[in-house]
Amino acid sequence: MHAPADGGPVTIPDLLARNVARHGTKPAYREKEFGIWQSWTWAQAAEQIDALAMGLLTLGADAGDHIAVSGRNRPALYWAMVAAQRIGCIPVPLYAEAAAEEIAYALDHCGARFAVVGDQEQVDKIADVRDGLTQLEHVIYLDGRGLRKYDHAAMTSYADVQKAGRASGLLDQVNARSAARTYDDTCVMLYTSGTTGRPKGVVLSNRNVIETSKNSAEFDHLRPDDEVLAYLPMAWVGDFIFSVGQAMWTAFCVNCPESAETMQLDLREIGPTYFFAPPRVFEQQLTNVMIRMEDAGRFKKWLFHRYMAVGRRVGPLLLDGKDVSTGDRLNYLLAKLLVIGPLKNTLGLSRVRVGYTAGEAIGPEIFDFYRALGINLKQLYGQTEATVFITQQPDGEVRSDTVGVPSPGVELKIAENGEVYYRSPGVFVEYYKNPESTASTKDAEGWVATGDAGFIEEGTGHLRIIDRAKDVGKMADGRLFAPKYVENKLKFYPNILEAVMFGANRAFCTAFINIDLTAVGNWAERNNIAYSSYQELSQHPRVLDMILGHVSEVNRSVAADPMLAGCQVHRFLVLHKELDADDGEMTRTRKVRRRIVKEKFHDLIAALYGGVPEIYTETEVTYEDGRKGKIKATLVICDAEVAEEQHKVAAE
Amino acid sequence: MDGVAPYVTADGRQIGGVLMDMRGITLRFGGVEAIKNISFDIREGEIRAIIGPNGAGKSSMLNVISGFYHPQDGEVWFRGEKRPPMKPYQVARLGIARTFQNIALFEGMSVLDNIMTGRLTHMKTGLLAQAIWKGKAEAEEVANREVVEKIIDFLEIQAIRKTPVGRLPYGLKKRVELARALAAEPKLLLLDEPMAGMNVEEKEDMSRFILDVNDEFGTTIALIEHDMGVVMDLSDRVVVMDYGRKIGDGTPDEVRNNQEVIDAYLGVAHE
Repeated sequence: MHAPADGGPVTIPDLLARNVARHGTKPAYREKEFGIWQSWTWAQAAEQIDALAMGLLTLGADAGDHIAVSGRNRPALYWAMVAAQRIGCIPVPLYAEAAAEEIAYALDHCGARFAVVGDQEQVDKIADVRDGLTQLEHVIYLDGRGLRKYDHAAMTSYADVQKAGRASGLLDQVNARSAARTYDDTCVMLYTSGTTGRPKGVVLSNRNVIETSKNSAEFDHLRPDDEVLAYLPMAWVGDFIFSVGQAMWTAFCVNCPESAETMQLDLREIGPTYFFAPPRVFEQQLTNVMIRMEDAGRFKKWLFHRYMAVGRRVGPLLLDGKDVSTGDRLNYLLAKLLVIGPLKNTLGLSRVRVGYTAGEAIGPEIFDFYRALGINLKQLYGQTEATVFITQQPDGEVRSDTVGVPSPGVELKIAENGEVYYRSPGVFVEYYKNPESTASTKDAEGWVATGDAGFIEEGTGHLRIIDRAKDVGKMADGRLFAPKYVENKLKFYPNILEAVMFGANRAFCTAFINIDLTAVGNWAERNNIAYSSYQELSQHPRVLDMILGHVSEVNRSVAADPMLAGCQVHRFLVLHKELDADDGEMTRTRKVRRRIVKEKFHDLIAALYGGVPEIYTETEVTYEDGRKGKIKATLVICDAEVAEEQHKVAAE
Repeated sequence: MDGVAPYVTADGRQIGGVLMDMRGITLRFGGVEAIKNISFDIREGEIRAIIGPNGAGKSSMLNVISGFYHPQDGEVWFRGEKRPPMKPYQVARLGIARTFQNIALFEGMSVLDNIMTGRLTHMKTGLLAQAIWKGKAEAEEVANREVVEKIIDFLEIQAIRKTPVGRLPYGLKKRVELARALAAEPKLLLLDEPMAGMNVEEKEDMSRFILDVNDEFGTTIALIEHDMGVVMDLSDRVVVMDYGRKIGDGTPDEVRNNQEVIDAYLGVAHE
């Protein structure tokens, strides 16, 4: 990869200087405080950053030090990261929500001498673990509320550090430190969330961050007049790239909400043009809309459904630039005027030009809802180790079941076992102080294993992720078995709470299904179906019929996929109890523990493969007070419709 | 009780001289004596609790302090001066604000507007000037809004700033009422059962806010509360009332060990 030969920007501070020169009077940061949006221009932000950088010098920060940053998204904390870079230090943003031990681990691991934190909560958390941290010298806090009586021997307010910095006149030294940084020096270190084992410190170089920001900003034609809302954790690589990397590269404005609770209101006031959210945010928004529509009057309800149907049909076509008849265009215009426009405004999404979702699978109906509103919502697939971007969907090629084409500069390859590998200018330098993990993740040629299994769709070149690589298996006839892929499809039906697939080394696939008591109960009420217990409802013939319909529909969509056609559910049963963390069947974060489910319900699995019409079973359950009991049930085994597999024609 | 010399509490708060002195207060409603010859003082910077069983006369006492009731006997001294009988709004101007046992907010108005009404005693421009809304009136509104926004930030109610009060849950309404009382920037803040009807979490939040208000703004606080855990944790000194009489007065520890208080109110411990 080339370094910028023209002496172009090689660090974030370089980009800052460039933005000050080009856009000095344009707003760079906004934050809502005391009910008013306060803003800082690029020039003002640079002055704030320099003041803090000089202040850090007066405290004795050395080049190469790690400086921890923790708190909710605020301009001053973003400045702290850039100020650290100004004096040759490495910013380490930490999750504000993390427990004290997790913070302690990170601070100790990176040997941070300074920590810049948001408020009392963060100060307290560090104070709790400070005895074990020999290297931590000074804590700098932003909001002094509640801290007046704390011992200030090793603690100073952000404003005081800046004041000392301004008085010191050390700007030359700051500039000299900045100038000494190269393209391959570390830009930032981010700790992975660490769902398995200890968190790892991912080291990203200036090259990683700047090249990735440049490529991705060009991919989506980001502009200096774009607006983003910075509300996702600062320690997450996505926020670093969106709110620091891309913001600095394109010089767009970063807006920080007043507090976590006001995010939705602030979103509406700012109306971002570039918006990122994990699926749960979109899900929550959609649920709120639907609930409020349920409470609306008959006429409004009718209007909403009538024109949302138009939106669903025409919106996505228009977004993709496809041919739409004049009648439909007029209809959509009307829909926009009456329903879609006001709704988008309420959601704060009126101005969104580019929207992304990532992190987990998003339900197609959620995805389609936003596309119907004419919101250019796309999916991307990324990792901290890749400086976010691995694949993303180009405008006009958006679908809910793929994660897009390789991002600019990214090469992909699929291993024998289906695991996805990538190589890109964004590939991380190393895991800090962890050469073994670095070596096992990144090979000598720079290929990185994602841990996810997927395949590249023929024809479109889009990547489709099917499952975690370690969960993907083979069926008896050697075909691919990807349980989560099918389970997710099933779970997208509101009536299905949980699904567990079996089929590894078997001739065909089967599944356990949990109904969603809220959704199915509601449905039962509306259809005059009486039931006295979860168990009774779960085995009601009409419920089974409904689930059968869902499963058969999923089978049809799975069959359309030549690689996964073997994963159709041939037989299933609806469980008589909800899988529960108290019974050990799930983790506390509601992920199914396959092994335990398999052992506990081995009789049911045997029945699914044994060809019996029903099975009697007794299951031990743990009540909330810890007592144990047994529930007995006779479960019906259902045969699902299996769709004919589409054989590849003209695969050449 | 110790003298009136200023001192610093164990957690570092400055307690000053006597702010409010109630001397021999007696309040009668017809033939019923609600308060019988009670004397106690409230010192600057302290959190003073008034406790007692239902009907002990606690709310009546608070109403005497706030000028709503006028005692038949006794004197109310505020900041070293004897207070003549006053109307509640005059008392408010002296720097005494209160919240109510039953929430008394304007349900149809937004949270912000409700809290702004707390600034009323600080508004000096006339009705006409405010209606025309130019010059001085506008500047005054801006200054008042700034004070209110700081309180909104302090009590963490930014998210409901524009929400009509009628739509809020009970716990938040209580917080808005506290915000409105604080907006008056009172010297003495009277809280009538601030935690009544709250769950444990809401009580913890409210306790933290009360402590923060006292700590951050140096506001003297007199509160009535039933939750003994809360009272003992929060307050510096406690007055105990029973059937209109004062049966105890002192630090939480002193009160807890006062035999008369135990018998009348806290119940007899079974060993």
